[in-house]
Amino acid sequence: MDYTAAQSGFRQQHNMRLRNSSVDRPDGSQLFDDTSAAVPGPEGAYRNQQAGPQAEGLPGHSFLSDPMSNLAVAYGSSLASQGREMVDKNLDRFIPISKLKYYFAVDTVYVGKKLGILVFPYMHKNWEVNYQQDIPVAPRFDVNAPDLYIPTMGFITYILVAGLALGTQNRFSPELLGVQASSALVWLIMEVLAVLLSLYLVTVNTDLTTIDLLAFSGYKYVGMIVGIVAGLLFGRPAYYLSLLWCCAAIFVFMIRTLRLKLLSEAAAEGKLVRGTRNQLRMYLTMSIAAAQPIFMYWLTYHLIR
Amino acid sequence: MAFTLYTLIQTTILCTNAIAVLHEERFLSRISRGVDQGVGGFGDDPGVKVQTLNLIRSVRTVMRGG
Repeated sequence: MDYTAAQSGFRQQHNMRLRNSSVDRPDGSQLFDDTSAAVPGPEGAYRNQQAGPQAEGLPGHSFLSDPMSNLAVAYGSSLASQGREMVDKNLDRFIPISKLKYYFAVDTVYVGKKLGILVFPYMHKNWEVNYQQDIPVAPRFDVNAPDLYIPTMGFITYILVAGLALGTQNRFSPELLGVQASSALVWLIMEVLAVLLSLYLVTVNTDLTTIDLLAFSGYKYVGMIVGIVAGLLFGRPAYYLSLLWCCAAIFVFMIRTLRLKLLSEAAAEGKLVRGTRNQLRMYLTMSIAAAQPIFMYWLTYHLIR
Repeated sequence: MAFTLYTLIQTTILCTNAIAVLHEERFLSRISRGVDQGVGGFGDDPGVKVQTLNLIRSVRTVMRGG
């Protein structure tokens, strides 16, 4: 009903405009007066209709009932859903989104326990990851499983704390935040690439994926944040002490975690196994673990002065 | 040290280029000579040297197209 009334209203309006334009063309003001004196609703709706189907705030009833705008809305939404499908399909090829979801399946208890282990790994007894039919259990159910939540949050917090540290020393400017962020990101990427390269060269048969390595490399941000905060609150000696403690903790954590993944069964249990292969793997584990404190110091020493 | 992502991209491109332009005769054959006459790599442990040479060869194949 509204539809037909509006339709007929439009046609009448159109005719009226044509007539008006042919008659009143030399006199613009009269044209304006005429049309504004007439029914303002459909006229405004007609004008807006010409402007585009996405007009809003119309006083009229003609927006959604017009077939043109219906068509346009339907077309636009189908285009949008097509676009989204294409993006999803192509994105899934490069970044495995379903696998990423596993790494973010954490809860508060897990995060609390994991942070505790990262800072004090000496009491933790069982470092093995539980499996469930070949798939590692989600981090929510197993403290030893790697996750990406803590590294991501740690990275962001590190940038914020770095900005805070620079601000307390009157060295802050907004570009420095970006510099810190990209610098830390580049070091992280280089470290992961270096570990991947060395794992390839030593031909270790392991089920460590790239994302696992990213997670392990991201755990050091926790220690860095603790060090910087201690340095800000209590001065340089506190910074050095807490950084030393966190470096030792990360070293032990990495060795105990990687030992199970990289070394063969016998060597992982602590027995001395001869052979160059195991020696090489041991060296690899030690160097990966030793790189963590170096990075921790490198990325934080310029923040505490 | 202020590293940017652009620096990282530059570094990877330059390193890949360096691997691609290594001279076969003067350099690579000398290193491969000692390796090929060895085990042949069929054991379950090819060794670091064999792996590096494989890596270099595959990078060169991809970059040089043959």
